[in-house]
Amino acid sequence: MPIEIPIPTVTQVIFLVMALFTAACGLMVVISRNLFHSALFLVGALFGVAAIFVLLEAEFLAVGQVLVYIGAIATLIVFAIMLTRGMMRGRTSPMNHVSGRGALGALVFFVALLAFLKKVPWPEQAQAIPVDESLIAGLGDKFVTTYVVAFEAVGLLLMVALIGAVMLARDR
Amino acid sequence: MDWLNLIVFPILRTVVLFLVLLTGFAYLTWFERKLLARFHVRYGPNRAGKFGLLQPVADAVKAMFKEEIVPSHVDKPIYLVAPALALIPALIIWAVIPVAKDTPAIADVGIGFLWILAVAGLESYGLILAGWSSNNNYSLLGALRSSAQMISYELPLGLFLVSILILAGSFSLVELVDNPRAWWEWLWLWVAFPFFFICILAETNRSPFDLPETENELVAGYQTEYGGIKFSLFYMAEYINMITTSAIMATLFFGGWRGPFAEEIVWLGPVYLFIKVVVLLFLFVWVRASISRPRYDQLMRFGWKFLLPVGIVYMAITAVLAVLLK
Repeated sequence: MPIEIPIPTVTQVIFLVMALFTAACGLMVVISRNLFHSALFLVGALFGVAAIFVLLEAEFLAVGQVLVYIGAIATLIVFAIMLTRGMMRGRTSPMNHVSGRGALGALVFFVALLAFLKKVPWPEQAQAIPVDESLIAGLGDKFVTTYVVAFEAVGLLLMVALIGAVMLARDR
Repeated sequence: MDWLNLIVFPILRTVVLFLVLLTGFAYLTWFERKLLARFHVRYGPNRAGKFGLLQPVADAVKAMFKEEIVPSHVDKPIYLVAPALALIPALIIWAVIPVAKDTPAIADVGIGFLWILAVAGLESYGLILAGWSSNNNYSLLGALRSSAQMISYELPLGLFLVSILILAGSFSLVELVDNPRAWWEWLWLWVAFPFFFICILAETNRSPFDLPETENELVAGYQTEYGGIKFSLFYMAEYINMITTSAIMATLFFGGWRGPFAEEIVWLGPVYLFIKVVVLLFLFVWVRASISRPRYDQLMRFGWKFLLPVGIVYMAITAVLAVLLK
């Protein structure tokens, strides 16, 4: 009996490469012994996710990912490490006293994600998705109509965090 | 054949674009040295070739044949990757800039504006990594300064971009240039240009905001431990960034490829863009020759206490104008 080997399409190959890259980077974030390297692998993993967004033709999400996560949050992390650790001596162990609880948490999260994947009725056929411009406009519209309370609440939260940071950092 | 449009043409365009940019970089160094010399009442490079025109070639050959030195105390993979990371954003930002009627450099994505902002956010990585991996206090200080400066000035830059976006009403840079603007829009845009230009100066680490490499206090900042072609890559990144940001400013504020007859004769578009870019580059050099470097705290205070509020007020007024007049 001949074994049927599924030949992946180009898109699938690209997806596999990007997914493997993302997963490998994610793993390296956890097991790297140098905190700075961990941060850089995190940037790599975020890039992988952005690439997968591009593959799914969600350019807005991809650019948003690069802009917010890589351009701002990861920069902040790298910055914090540079300011606080000894430059090259920052050897850290990937294990610490909460690693057991961490593993448990990760497992629970994984199971929850699996359950979520099973539960959601994924549409067989993709619906027509509004592209770019109308998508962004629609998103903005939703922010100031349906989700205005949540939007304002997030704004308030950020404001409080900002003031708190200033309070902590000012000269006394 | 779809192949041709999907793979062959974009690659060809990319190669041409890179060649143009790298040549542009080489002759921008000559242009700057010549101009600075004129400002200083000197001659500038005049030995290699007519008017010193072969000077960039000589410099390139020299940089390439220099010995590759990797200091023993550096974090090697990051140390080697950092110069490339500094250069890449400067090159890829070009993808969305329109060079002629309906023709972007590489692709007309619907998110041109966000692309610019996102890639600008990546620019600080090359410098941060270089400074950290060099394992040298001067390098680290330079990198910290540069990243703090870039993050601070990205905020007002983003606010001004958002204001321009509100006026344009479209995320695509191609459409931005194609759509006609009312006279008051042009005037209101030009009000923002000086502030935008200041932000760009800080983003590109150009004088007077070249604090990351202040040679008299930090040796050469983040690039202290680099030599030969690796140093040249940082140099290249800085100058190509100048060209790129000039093209962006020409596109946003001065109509990009637009000019007399550019609509009918397509090849005039790149020519007009080139002229506008050269004028803006002259402005870069002029500023470098005329204005002295501020202190670091002055720089930060200016960014946070002046430019940021100006950006917010400008954005608010722009939104009101757009609602009332459009």
